[in-house]
Amino acid sequence: MTMVKLFQKKQDDPIQEVSAEPPPPLELQQPLPAPAQMLDIDILPDDPILAHILKSPEVIEVDRLRLASPALEELRQAGVKLVVPLVSQGELIGLIHIGSRRSEQDYSSDDRRLLNTLSTQAAPALRVAQLARQQQIEARQRERMENELRVARVIQQTLLPKEIPQIQGYALAAHWQPALAVSGDFYDFIPFPDGKLAIIAGDVTDKGVPAALVMATTRSILRSAAERLVYPGAVLEQANNMLCPDIPPNMFVTCLYALLDPSTGIIRYANAGHNLPFQRTLQGVTEMRVRGMPLGLMPEMIYEEKETGIAVGENIVLYSDGLVEAHNPQGEMFGFPRLRELLVIPECGQALIACLMNELNDFTGPGWEQEDDITFVTIERLPLLPVETEAGQILAEFDVPSQPGNELEAMKRVVQAVQPLNLPIDRLERLKTAVAEGTMNAMEHGNRYQIDLPVIVRVILTDDALRVKITDRGGGRPIHEAETPNLEAKLEGLQSPRGWGLFLIKNMVDDMNITNDDIYHTIELVFYLQEDRHAT
Amino acid sequence: MLHEFGVAVRHQPGLAVLDMRGEINGFASQELSAAYSEAESQNPPTVVLNFSQVSYINSTGIALIVGLLARARQAQRRLAVYGLSDHYQEIFQITRLVDFMTIYPDEVSLLKDPQIQNV
Repeated sequence: MTMVKLFQKKQDDPIQEVSAEPPPPLELQQPLPAPAQMLDIDILPDDPILAHILKSPEVIEVDRLRLASPALEELRQAGVKLVVPLVSQGELIGLIHIGSRRSEQDYSSDDRRLLNTLSTQAAPALRVAQLARQQQIEARQRERMENELRVARVIQQTLLPKEIPQIQGYALAAHWQPALAVSGDFYDFIPFPDGKLAIIAGDVTDKGVPAALVMATTRSILRSAAERLVYPGAVLEQANNMLCPDIPPNMFVTCLYALLDPSTGIIRYANAGHNLPFQRTLQGVTEMRVRGMPLGLMPEMIYEEKETGIAVGENIVLYSDGLVEAHNPQGEMFGFPRLRELLVIPECGQALIACLMNELNDFTGPGWEQEDDITFVTIERLPLLPVETEAGQILAEFDVPSQPGNELEAMKRVVQAVQPLNLPIDRLERLKTAVAEGTMNAMEHGNRYQIDLPVIVRVILTDDALRVKITDRGGGRPIHEAETPNLEAKLEGLQSPRGWGLFLIKNMVDDMNITNDDIYHTIELVFYLQEDRHAT
Repeated sequence: MLHEFGVAVRHQPGLAVLDMRGEINGFASQELSAAYSEAESQNPPTVVLNFSQVSYINSTGIALIVGLLARARQAQRRLAVYGLSDHYQEIFQITRLVDFMTIYPDEVSLLKDPQIQNV
């Protein structure tokens, strides 16, 4: 009878037994011996045989060893004659149990030597096999966890706003960058029927899955509170009272709740321990100070409320810890003063966020492992459009976000607006191409495809012409003249094949006017109503 | 917004036809370029662009066509087109693309052209 018993140690676990195929029997004589059997004998951790084996890891003659060991007694009763310990790096990983010889003679010293040699060779091999198996199990577990985290991230992303609200006269932008697969940071926009908009930025202590679960709960609580209550302080107060009984110990949520009235530019806000937002005013950068305890720490808290006005050209930035608490390789923190200094730059919206992220990258250097989730929300009040002085009937006025493909949306809306004019088909086709190209130019060159910067389109009918004005935020730059592209150079590869937009527009319209101020760039497409003034 | 562009390649004796449909703009770039490579694979003397199912071409689309024309010229291949609406024929004239490719009203007239047939 030969039997192998293996032990495999798991972290934080008592010894766990696993079985393996037994090695071939020592005596290969005909007829073949009965197959090996597994003896189910448990060795308790305090059994003295363990200490004996570790002290002297050699073949044990069961009948000769005198030891008060329950396991040894069980082995004797099972007819085991020799026990061969398998020890690798000072750890017992298995035992080979050997019964009586078929010849019924005792095992010789040569047999024992052979078994000792076998043990010293088999033990490391078994250990390697055990480790390989353990790694396979761990790899499978890791893969399952990663899959679950991927799903969790997708679920969490569905809780964030799918699109940034478009509010006439304002540009909003947001950025959310978790440190791990899932995040404790969140932001939200809640539009109200009276035109007001709640803007929320929050940060749950900790990161990863626990923070993500609390984030999902907090978002729902805030939304439900915001449905019933108007004032930001009251919303935070109710959210705090609802969160307190259920939030896990040692966790809390910081949150800034701001309510924007777009008609006046007044922002009423309350703060539950979140970073104080910065407001870039015409006079400089100020902190929007207001006091309040984080949500989930203590019930029945009162939240102070304050009000600020956002004037034309001003900008408010909400942000989480991930930026200001980032460290460079020297251990220095990015910090609030650095952020405040950076906010004087004229960029807004996504361009501002991109600048801040570039500054962060420069500060932390290459290979930085993001320490915490990073979130930004920015609110900008746009300058008023140039005042319309000329007479005329406005057939349509609308805007489209600067996103590739939206020129078709602008084109369709202009076509709809000019339908009553019954333009001849060739004039209509020219108008369509000119509007699409003008909008593309505005999105690409004026607004640099920043989705939060709209292209504004106005269709005006005057006494002598149909005028389409397409306005972007590319003011303050030189105006490009429409040049005739050099097709030969393009075909020879000496010039980019692109660069047809302005040239096409010029050839589609009867007249084209480009105006620029410090902020806006407007292209006016003119289609005269009298046939003798049509371009040919 | 859904951006629709599709293209299929037909190989015929002496030519390969790109049957395009939908909108030719920046979104069509990869598909159009891959289709042109497929059209070139049998080394036809003429590559034909069929615009009869094309609803919209913008300036980026024009640039894509200029790119195809450059590739055709480099390989000393003829580029021919048909199925352009009056408006896009006008645009091909304004951009002078017509100086470097022959425009046919439809496939029948293209196939009747001795220049195409004699290849």
